[in-house]
Amino acid sequence: MEENIKTPLIELKDIYKIYTMGDEEVRANDGINLKIYSGEFVAIVGKSGSGKSTLMNIIGALDVPTDGTYMLGGEDVGEMSDNELAEIRNMMIGFIFQQYNLLPKLTIFENVELPLLYSGMDRLRRRERVMESLGRVGLTEKEKNYPNQLSGGQQQRVSIARALAGNPSLILADEPTGALDSKTGREVLDFLKKLNDEGNTIIIITHDNSIALEAKRVVRIHDGKINFDGDVKDYAAII
Amino acid sequence: MLQSFKMALRSIWGNKLRSFLTMLGIIIGVASVIILVSIVNGYMSYTLNSFTSMGVNQITVNFRALPSRTISVDEFYEFYEEHSDLFAQMTPTVSVSATVKHESDTMSSTSVGGYGEEYIYIKDFEIEYGRNLVYADMASRQKVAVIGAYVASELYGGGQNAIGEDIKLNGDVFTVVGVVEQQTEDASDFDDGCTDDFVWIPYSRAAKMSRNATISNYTFTSYDINDTDACTAALESFLEDKMKSDSFYTVTAMSSLMDSLNEMIAMMSMLLGGIAGISLLVAGVGVMNIMLVSVTERTREIGIRKALGAKKSVIMQQFVIEAAVTSTIGGLIGIVLGGLASTGIGALMGIESPPTVTAVIVSFSVSVGIGLIFGYMPASRAANLSPIDALRSE
Repeated sequence: MEENIKTPLIELKDIYKIYTMGDEEVRANDGINLKIYSGEFVAIVGKSGSGKSTLMNIIGALDVPTDGTYMLGGEDVGEMSDNELAEIRNMMIGFIFQQYNLLPKLTIFENVELPLLYSGMDRLRRRERVMESLGRVGLTEKEKNYPNQLSGGQQQRVSIARALAGNPSLILADEPTGALDSKTGREVLDFLKKLNDEGNTIIIITHDNSIALEAKRVVRIHDGKINFDGDVKDYAAII
Repeated sequence: MLQSFKMALRSIWGNKLRSFLTMLGIIIGVASVIILVSIVNGYMSYTLNSFTSMGVNQITVNFRALPSRTISVDEFYEFYEEHSDLFAQMTPTVSVSATVKHESDTMSSTSVGGYGEEYIYIKDFEIEYGRNLVYADMASRQKVAVIGAYVASELYGGGQNAIGEDIKLNGDVFTVVGVVEQQTEDASDFDDGCTDDFVWIPYSRAAKMSRNATISNYTFTSYDINDTDACTAALESFLEDKMKSDSFYTVTAMSSLMDSLNEMIAMMSMLLGGIAGISLLVAGVGVMNIMLVSVTERTREIGIRKALGAKKSVIMQQFVIEAAVTSTIGGLIGIVLGGLASTGIGALMGIESPPTVTAVIVSFSVSVGIGLIFGYMPASRAANLSPIDALRSE
């Protein structure tokens, strides 16, 4: 932990993301400064249109900021080419999406295998990692099924397994419970907590304060700026 | 790479209808090219064959008008003997319009002509009964005739009964001295105007029967088809020398007709190539269309793959391979269908038209090439999609 405090996993310095829509300039991110360390469990919370999705895209290396520097694991993501960004996404980030985003034509096994395929891992090691990953979410016996044969909760667990398979430095979950009923949503949240207890760095993006309260640290975005960044207990006190 | 292949196959199999529609264009394109080219080729070689059997080494001289100056048969024979290194055979030919009769039987469409004794070698026929026309027949203008098997069977009930019998040509009585071996394959195909329906008489007698008693056509054959040009030149200089003008006669080499036939075939092939190209191009546009639809339809999938770390080149590969595999499978099916159809249609037309190797190779490689080229554009569109936009699409 000592060492982690010195070099943050994520460091955003004066991040601006500016879209021009017609004559109007939209500042989706308007000077964001944020440090996230390895092993943290952070909720980025904000209303729709607050800029939290833009921030997630930047953190997830899906998009590059208009201005500012983004250091991920000590590397400047802002300077990277498309291919390097793809590599960063592949090696360092595990995505969990609201809509699960599993490929319907691939089996559960193949879905989880996908990031490993793109990283060029050999077949035997892939198989090992996929099964281990599916084991962690308790879906080993479903490997030959297709996504539409699974319940929503199970599908989200598959997407978690896929996020875990590449052993990423960061798990980025975008409204992970948004499409689930409260009971399965609860299960997914508990599972994310468990992953964090095991040492994984987790960032949840949500509009829902009750979900934000499950994290250890909350960052609130409003109009493209951070207007709260602190411990979940302090956040609970102000809402 | 292997993975991309597997993915492509899976995607093709997973979208059977879409893949089939893509292939359909290619299948029809390739098959129609093969059918067209094969049938036309088959027909052409059929035509060429029947043309060749007419004698490609023949050179004919025709006198157009009747000039004051003439060249006698003897002069022609002299010329022929002088150039025996070039010419294999020669005969004067005089066509006679005559009714052919024996007792009360009349033949209506028999071709009657006066020829020299070498005519039978030019035709490459053989005598079955009796003898051929000989030089003595020419010299003394004998009223003798060599007849075809059809005439023999119609008038005398067979070649063996014909020798020594009478045959009346415009009332003149001739004696049948020879019967030529049957040329028609099957006697049941005998009909008026068939290959065996002819009467040959000495050219000297035929000339006498015609109104002006001149011989206006000669047929030469060369030893070697490659010598036709030399033969034609020799004939022309001989005629020019005698006639002092080249406006009274024409010298026609069969091989030059062959050349123009070959030219025609080449042109037909070019034309076909054009049609083939267009139909394959249409097939290619079909592939591109469906690939574009497929990209649009799968924008989200592309977004997911990119989010998971697929590089541009990987996405590109996936789509290009998909296009290539689709058009290859389509091409193979097209070859099989085209091959079967062209053989079948050829059999119906009574010609041999197996699919030509060139047609198969060209149409196949063009279809695959077009699949690749037209697959490339949608693929690069797919690869360049931004992952956020792609993920956002429904």
